[in-house]
Amino acid sequence: MKNNKILLLFAHPSKHRSSVNAPMFEYAKSLDYVTAVDLYAQYPTYQIDIDKEQQRLNAHNVVIFQFPFYWYSTPSILKEWQDLVLEYGYAYGQGGDALKGKLFICAISAGGKEEAYRAKGYNHFTVRELLQPLEQTAYITGMTYLPPFALFSSRSAQTSGTISAHLKHWKTLLQALHQNTIEPDTTESLITINDLLDTSEN
Amino acid sequence: MTIYFIQAFVYLLAAVVAVPLAKKLGLGSVLGYLIAGVIIGPITGIVGQETVTIQHFAEFGVVMMLFLVGLELHPQMLWKMRNRLIGLGGLQVLLSALFISAVAYFLGQALTVAIAIGLIFSLSSTAIVLQTFNEKGLSKTEGGKNAFSVLLMQDIAVIPMLAFIPMLAIPELVALAEHGKAAAEHQEQLSLVAGLPTWAFALAILASISSVVVIGHFLSRPLFHYVAQSGLREIFVATALLIVIGIAALMSLVGLSPALGTFMAGVVLANSEFRHELESNIEPFKGLLLGLFFITVGAGIDFVVFTSNIATVIGLTITVMVIKGSVLWGLANLFKIRNSDRWLFALSLAQAGEFGFVLLSFSLQNNVIPEHIAQILQLVVALSMFLTPSLFILFEKVIMPRYQVSGSSKPFDVIDEQGKVIIAGGGRFGQVVNRLLVANGIKTVVMDLDASQVENLRTIKIKTFFGDATRPELLHTAGIDNTSTLVVAIDDRESAKSLVHYAKHSFPNIKIITRAYDRGHNYELRQAGADIIVNETYHSALEVGAHAMTSLGYHPFLVEQKKYAFVKTEVQASQYLYEKWSLRSEGEQYDHDYRKLFMQIEEAIKEAMQSDRIDKHSHDERGWTPPPKGYENDFD
Repeated sequence: MKNNKILLLFAHPSKHRSSVNAPMFEYAKSLDYVTAVDLYAQYPTYQIDIDKEQQRLNAHNVVIFQFPFYWYSTPSILKEWQDLVLEYGYAYGQGGDALKGKLFICAISAGGKEEAYRAKGYNHFTVRELLQPLEQTAYITGMTYLPPFALFSSRSAQTSGTISAHLKHWKTLLQALHQNTIEPDTTESLITINDLLDTSEN
Repeated sequence: MTIYFIQAFVYLLAAVVAVPLAKKLGLGSVLGYLIAGVIIGPITGIVGQETVTIQHFAEFGVVMMLFLVGLELHPQMLWKMRNRLIGLGGLQVLLSALFISAVAYFLGQALTVAIAIGLIFSLSSTAIVLQTFNEKGLSKTEGGKNAFSVLLMQDIAVIPMLAFIPMLAIPELVALAEHGKAAAEHQEQLSLVAGLPTWAFALAILASISSVVVIGHFLSRPLFHYVAQSGLREIFVATALLIVIGIAALMSLVGLSPALGTFMAGVVLANSEFRHELESNIEPFKGLLLGLFFITVGAGIDFVVFTSNIATVIGLTITVMVIKGSVLWGLANLFKIRNSDRWLFALSLAQAGEFGFVLLSFSLQNNVIPEHIAQILQLVVALSMFLTPSLFILFEKVIMPRYQVSGSSKPFDVIDEQGKVIIAGGGRFGQVVNRLLVANGIKTVVMDLDASQVENLRTIKIKTFFGDATRPELLHTAGIDNTSTLVVAIDDRESAKSLVHYAKHSFPNIKIITRAYDRGHNYELRQAGADIIVNETYHSALEVGAHAMTSLGYHPFLVEQKKYAFVKTEVQASQYLYEKWSLRSEGEQYDHDYRKLFMQIEEAIKEAMQSDRIDKHSHDERGWTPPPKGYENDFD
């Protein structure tokens, strides 16, 4: 089976405060099959280079959005990136099939507890439900959507020691994406992809 | 006259041959100088009697070194050191003197002689130790810092010792000396305080110390300004020497250590804007004089006395170094200096020092120690100094690696010295750069050639130094060796170019960010090796253009996009333009091809601007463009 090349688009507007995303990003950067892009570093004034971004997309078959969950969505630069890069005729519409067949997944960190992201919790929706705009974006651009890789209670992850387990999952996930061992059909009913990684590691 | 030339030639030749060789063999420069001295002195006998005179002269290198050390130490830092200074330094002098005196007494010396010997050998060699620390980069280590406190305390302790030693005079020797006294009368040292009662003596000392502080603090600045305005380099050098020599003279007149006096002056001037300029002027003199001093130590070894007392000399040297080393080791324990630092501390200070020579001859003059003993002791001092570089090598090659292996697992040290940024030019441009950096807690060193500008900046609490940044030695004293970034903000086109060229050439790893006057200057700087070049008026001009568009009714967000498209097209074109420019014929600033290319780029920019105004969808049109009308039917 052909190995996948991964494009990791990382968006964190205050990386110096990051305790989870920064080490995840640094690890991904060390892998030769991952192209890790710090969007805020590359475009500090939001002047996104559309050609460059589209060429990067063309050269990879897995796309990851990595970001802290801000107001149930992406930090603003990732929205800007979508608005600019996913052009008509490139990503959708007439002749817009550049992304067709690629795998797409979000890697997020959320401050709230996992129990909060439920119909009965104070956030009322699961993270998968809240990420539906991105899921639909994947569909319309012909990408295969995978449920998000999520860390909950991320603000207390450093003290509770869940970071190392999460980083371990992250390594497994990147490797699985690289070797193309994830069956998208089996993930359809999952809220997060973490559950799948738990079973595959054991 | 001829004989002086020949002597100077011999000394310089010895240094030029031996020192680079010693350095290459990893022995350090101090050992190189010492060996050079031994070769021209006792071994070949090229130089002889005059070494003692030269040594007195060369001791001035130690004075200059302490001035430079003082310049690096702010009064606040000195105050922070007070515990180590008095506790560690004081105990070292006291305990070493005590134990060595005890051994001397046990070996059959009279009590007074034993005490004098203890005092003489309690001192270490500031010259060797500091020079070696600098060379091997050990000054900032825990061991290095503590060793420095001890050395400083020793320099201070010399003062009471000089007062105390005459009281130990041996009556018989005094009587013997009475005979020759008339003859020696004219040799008596010039002194302002000779024959004064104790209270007046104390008063004189106080007065001279405070005058150094007051003059250094209040009068030095106008003086430097006056000299700086003349714009004559050599007069600035003369002023720097004037200060050091003047203080040394004053201190000698009242019977204080000149080294201590200049050290104080250095501390007073540590906050001055002229600090780096002073450092770079004194540095070469200090280096040469210290080298000369080490050569004379080597040359002064008396082989006849040495060979006939070889066992005694070696035995005594080892005894002294073992005692001093053990005292230092114990104190390091007490003051919680750990691991390799403890070894460094104990090994580096175990020798006797140049002040030992001074005190020895002083004791001899005051009939405290008989001559035949002094001769042997002189050799012990010299030999212990000779052995010190080997102890440093032992530390570096054997001890340090052992601790590095075990220490590699410990967490990283807290970085207490952040990467500095040197800003050349403190005018309108450099000031803004500096304000941004300083506001973010980044350490900067600002240098400006205009003394009144430096003065202005100082009054609004911007730390600025007077000096010509294009002079290599000033860049060194400003610390370019451990700087990651150099900002060139000077407005002189040629100086900026030569500074960039020199800095890139000597420090390829440094990042150079520079201001350019115009496009041509920009290319010149790029050729000289600048990493990032910003044309000084480019961004403000764009800003003004953008305001003009906004006031014409363009939407501000659209104007921002246009500005970006403009910059982007230019950046893309600049590589071609630069290549064309570098191919231009000599003497011509821009040739015909270049001009044509420039026009083409203007066209390209215009095109990039126009594309958005076409009211139909195209691939040229970028950024938040809606899909074409009727696209919704694509998906049906």
